[in-house]
Amino acid sequence: MAKSTQSTSPVSITGILGELLITAGVLVMLFLGWYVWLNDIVTGSVQQGAAVDVQRELQQEWEDDLATQPEPEPEETTEPGTPLDPPVAVAPAAGESWGALIVPRFGEDYVRAIGEGVDPATVLNSRTLGVGHYAETQMPGELGNVALAAHRNTWGGAFSEVGELQLGDNLYVETRDGWYQYAFRGLEYVWPSGVEVLLPVPQAPQVEPGEHILTLTTCNPRFSTAERMIAYAVLEDWHPRSGGAPAEISGLVEASSR
Amino acid sequence: MYAALWRVLPGPLAVRVLIVLVLVASILLALVTWVFPWIAETFLQQESVVESMS
Repeated sequence: MAKSTQSTSPVSITGILGELLITAGVLVMLFLGWYVWLNDIVTGSVQQGAAVDVQRELQQEWEDDLATQPEPEPEETTEPGTPLDPPVAVAPAAGESWGALIVPRFGEDYVRAIGEGVDPATVLNSRTLGVGHYAETQMPGELGNVALAAHRNTWGGAFSEVGELQLGDNLYVETRDGWYQYAFRGLEYVWPSGVEVLLPVPQAPQVEPGEHILTLTTCNPRFSTAERMIAYAVLEDWHPRSGGAPAEISGLVEASSR
Repeated sequence: MYAALWRVLPGPLAVRVLIVLVLVASILLALVTWVFPWIAETFLQQESVVESMS
């Protein structure tokens, strides 16, 4: 019976210490699992849902505009035939969303809301945004460079697949006016201080812009902050909302309006 | 420590197991909702923007 009294005896210091250490180990493993895996899945899908809401709002705004403005005005801006003279999107206040980024290569239903600014707390780590627009760069429709930033990993990792882009892949920026269609051109790797990628003509100071460029910046390598990976795309086409979404993403856009 | 906690729990085995499960679930939920995001934002900021070093 001595044995059973021993097993119920007061616990030893080493016993408590051992259990605390095991607990700490389990907590660290849990955190890492959450950090590199679970958080991206959960935050990613929440951001996806929020982006669909933004798409719905854009559609609604456009419909409201049609209703309040006299017919001819919006009709004229949506006249096809001037594919490379799209309307200029209006920049909202910092932290607000003005559009959505749709990239079929990142996944069939990939869409993320674009927030104004690249503040980590309010935009890049946000569960409703995730992609940020460098406020000092141009807006879609303006000659120059539309630069976007997002995490490669963690906080939804909106740009985790940037390295998978292939020449000619389409990237769409949806605003309330319609869809700006950009074609992927190439990748570049720079140091974190390489702000020249944000210039109206990337890496070319003092040059007048003659093209509409879309630039994505994210961190490289994965889970590191040592370098930045830059993806460039050039405006290929412009699809006014009155003409409907381009075929490649029409399914996704229809799903958002339901 | 955990053995002592287990003995403190009231009721038959099934009730104890249920209490433990609820406790573990709520601790996990609290970790994922508040603790882990705080650690990540405070100590492990992932930079994805380019900016001039000033």
